[in-house]
Amino acid sequence: MLIGRVVGDLTATQKHPSHEGRKILLVQPLNLDGTDRGNAIVALDAVDAGAGDRVLIVTDGFAAMTAVDRPLGSPIDMAVIGFIDRIELLPGVS
Amino acid sequence: MFLGRVVGSLWATVKDPQMEGLRLLVIQPVTPALEDAGKQLVCTDCTGAGAGEIVYWVRSKEASFPFLPQEPPTDATVVGIVDSIHLRAGGRAC
Repeated sequence: MLIGRVVGDLTATQKHPSHEGRKILLVQPLNLDGTDRGNAIVALDAVDAGAGDRVLIVTDGFAAMTAVDRPLGSPIDMAVIGFIDRIELLPGVS
Repeated sequence: MFLGRVVGSLWATVKDPQMEGLRLLVIQPVTPALEDAGKQLVCTDCTGAGAGEIVYWVRSKEASFPFLPQEPPTDATVVGIVDSIHLRAGGRAC
């Protein structure tokens, strides 16, 4: 799983039917220090997240389609599955 | 999933029989601000997207799911055409 920040969302009329009824979020993955980790990704929303939220992202198909209640065989490979309240690290870890 | 822009089409006459009838698009990955991000790739398509359109695409095994029961050996498929993107006001886009 990855830590990310929701930067926005998108709308798409023409899309795979399994994506109907879920928010499609744009999420910027983050490093532990809060800096950007690669390019922003597109993930379906399982927890009603919105722009600005710090969230947990799964990047596996099985995990993602299960989280958003879609049948196996749906073309979904990323989902936002939680809000991050707090991260505690051992001293020296960054 | 990832954002991208359709920058071309690709035809292959000789290919795996499971790939018959599938459209192949050349995709330029983009940031939420629609700036180019990384190298182009070839995707199969299940949406009917055309040149210049902003789309989102799914990677890995899930890329073959839109075509079930056909099982094409694809690892990237366009699964939605983006109508609009809403970024957080004042937030960083990418």
